[in-house]
Amino acid sequence: MQAILFYIFAALTLAGAIGVVASRNIVRAAVQLLLALLGVAALYFLLGAEFLAAVQLVIYVGGTLVLIIFGVMLTARASQKLLNPSRGEQIAGLVSAVVLLVALIASIVTTRFPDQPAPLGRYSLQALGQDLLGDYLLPFELASLLLLAVMIGAAYLAKKRPHAKGEV
Amino acid sequence: MLREVQLASSDPSSAGGTFIRLILGDEPGWPLRIGWDLTIIFLGFLGLASMVAFIGIWAERKVAGRIQQRHGPNRVGPIGILQSLADGIKLVSKEDLLPRGADGWLFRLAPYLAFAPVFASFLAIPFGPDMIFEPALAVGLFWMLAILSVEVIGVILAGWSSNNKWSVYGAMREACQLISYEIPLGISILIVVVATGTLDLLELSRMQAGGMQHWLLFHQPFVLAAFVVFFIASLASNKRAPFDLPESESELVAGYHTEYSGLRFSLFYLAEYNAMFVMGAIMTILFLGGWDDPVGYLSAWSARVPRDVMSLELLAVNAVAFHVFMAKTCLIIFIQMWVRWTLPRPRIDQVLHACIKVLLPMSLVLLLGSALWELFVQNTSLMQRATQWVLLAIGLSFVGFIFLMLAQAFIQGRGKQYRLSEPAKLGI
Amino acid sequence: MIGLTHFLILAAILFVCGLLTVLTKRHAIGILMGVELMLNAANINLVAFNHYSAGDRLDGQVFALFVIVIAAAEAAVALAIFLNFYNNFGSVDVERANELRG
Repeated sequence: MQAILFYIFAALTLAGAIGVVASRNIVRAAVQLLLALLGVAALYFLLGAEFLAAVQLVIYVGGTLVLIIFGVMLTARASQKLLNPSRGEQIAGLVSAVVLLVALIASIVTTRFPDQPAPLGRYSLQALGQDLLGDYLLPFELASLLLLAVMIGAAYLAKKRPHAKGEV
Repeated sequence: MLREVQLASSDPSSAGGTFIRLILGDEPGWPLRIGWDLTIIFLGFLGLASMVAFIGIWAERKVAGRIQQRHGPNRVGPIGILQSLADGIKLVSKEDLLPRGADGWLFRLAPYLAFAPVFASFLAIPFGPDMIFEPALAVGLFWMLAILSVEVIGVILAGWSSNNKWSVYGAMREACQLISYEIPLGISILIVVVATGTLDLLELSRMQAGGMQHWLLFHQPFVLAAFVVFFIASLASNKRAPFDLPESESELVAGYHTEYSGLRFSLFYLAEYNAMFVMGAIMTILFLGGWDDPVGYLSAWSARVPRDVMSLELLAVNAVAFHVFMAKTCLIIFIQMWVRWTLPRPRIDQVLHACIKVLLPMSLVLLLGSALWELFVQNTSLMQRATQWVLLAIGLSFVGFIFLMLAQAFIQGRGKQYRLSEPAKLGI
Repeated sequence: MIGLTHFLILAAILFVCGLLTVLTKRHAIGILMGVELMLNAANINLVAFNHYSAGDRLDGQVFALFVIVIAAAEAAVALAIFLNFYNNFGSVDVERANELRG
């Protein structure tokens, strides 16, 4: 049953990802990104990382994606005409992406990973909390400092300042 | 921490999945499991969601009528109970419109995006000692908070894809309000987690068993204040008055769902009433003791029932527990409706002021206080001497303080002219 | 039986989709969406390795948690910059951002 669920969620995620690439309309691309993020959250559940899946839903879907959609709507007047790159750029992008994909898959398939059977059961939430405040205390505090700096910086950057057009 | 109540089957894996184990055997294959899940979802949850909306719409109109000193619906059915059915038939028979210039795909998708998260949050709610869809979800509380935050996107897309300026205004205001009030909502949940140390909803229900004095509401004065903060934040999260600016009938026609008609509109309504139910359910489990009755008889009975054979007693205890749970949730929903039809509607800047300048700092202070209380006061000699009534008095004084700050915020904002943004310059 | 390789290949395809989005979109926020896809692919890698090779430890999940947090922070700043750009130039086309002023 895990196999069926994996293929379903993988198909959803890939459908979302390909939709992001292929959508001409930027709002539709955002909705496809929503599908991809939901698929990734489901995959986290499959991998036993329940807390991480809930964090993904809250922060990525309920935070970052809302931010992205807000940004899309606030700049909507500018993108009324479709922004498409030139044909040459598209071909070059596609070629480099395919080359990278082939290289990655080749390296994955030919490597022998120490494939232990997947552990059953779930990861303890208490262990995650103790790790965050024990082994990883310094990155935790640094992340909170980073968020503070980002809050102040983003609020300052997005503020409307009365200035002549052309000056920053 | 609260004392652990020893139930007869204190093995966590059996407490929730009892019915699966008894009916399907110990190792059901995946077809049986999927069949069982689908049965529960379609018969149980869909039925529950429909019933909640059915009774909710009728109750709303009756409560509104009574508060406004009139009868409310009393023509269709005995006391107007079939009014929701009549409304439903009317909505289903309307034409399915698509506004010109609207993005058809997104327009059709948005109501489902608003309804699905609410529906998905049913799976972590313990309706009874053995009635929970997914018993092994150790992060149940966090899952409910997480999946409810996906609803914002449905609302924004609904407003945006209607190709209607007023819908977009409603959607933007709504999203602003929703994501702002998610913070006090989450922090007040965090206060409960600090007091109990677990995110598991089944565990939380078990901890409060044994009578009203064990309810988390009376455990700490900070949790009492957190209940009030959560209640106000859940009102805003459901777009209920007094925070119903997105649907303000006199200002924006119908806000983000102006252009929706018929069955799609009824999906939004379904989502709203079920979100009220889910918030009420969370409040019941976190603060009001879950499925246990105020005397504690039900949990004692449930501990006595053997769980290795399906018996009438097992079904009976679950049925009674379900009804007690629904009674508590309906009480919360009634209070929400009561508040809606009593208070006037503030402006959007007053709403955001109340959130960011009153509720957010208060909830952070409560979080700090709760953590300090757990560390230094709980389980010490101070607690043995203080009685429940003293704690209650302290908690009520915190609540009074919160209301004082909110009232000051609203009174202060009266008469001021705020321009939150200049929509013309934003290019909408 | 689903093994580590399945998740790694899925993450590789996701990463390449994100890369393609970054390379071929002209809308600034489209590029941001591609970056988010790449970060999610990396996260899937981390959590998959944690599940299949790390036993009881949680290092991969903690790492992925930090990546999510930092990605959210970066998206906020990126959007603030894009809004500023839009207010100044009236467009979100990254082809227009090819001058250094001042």
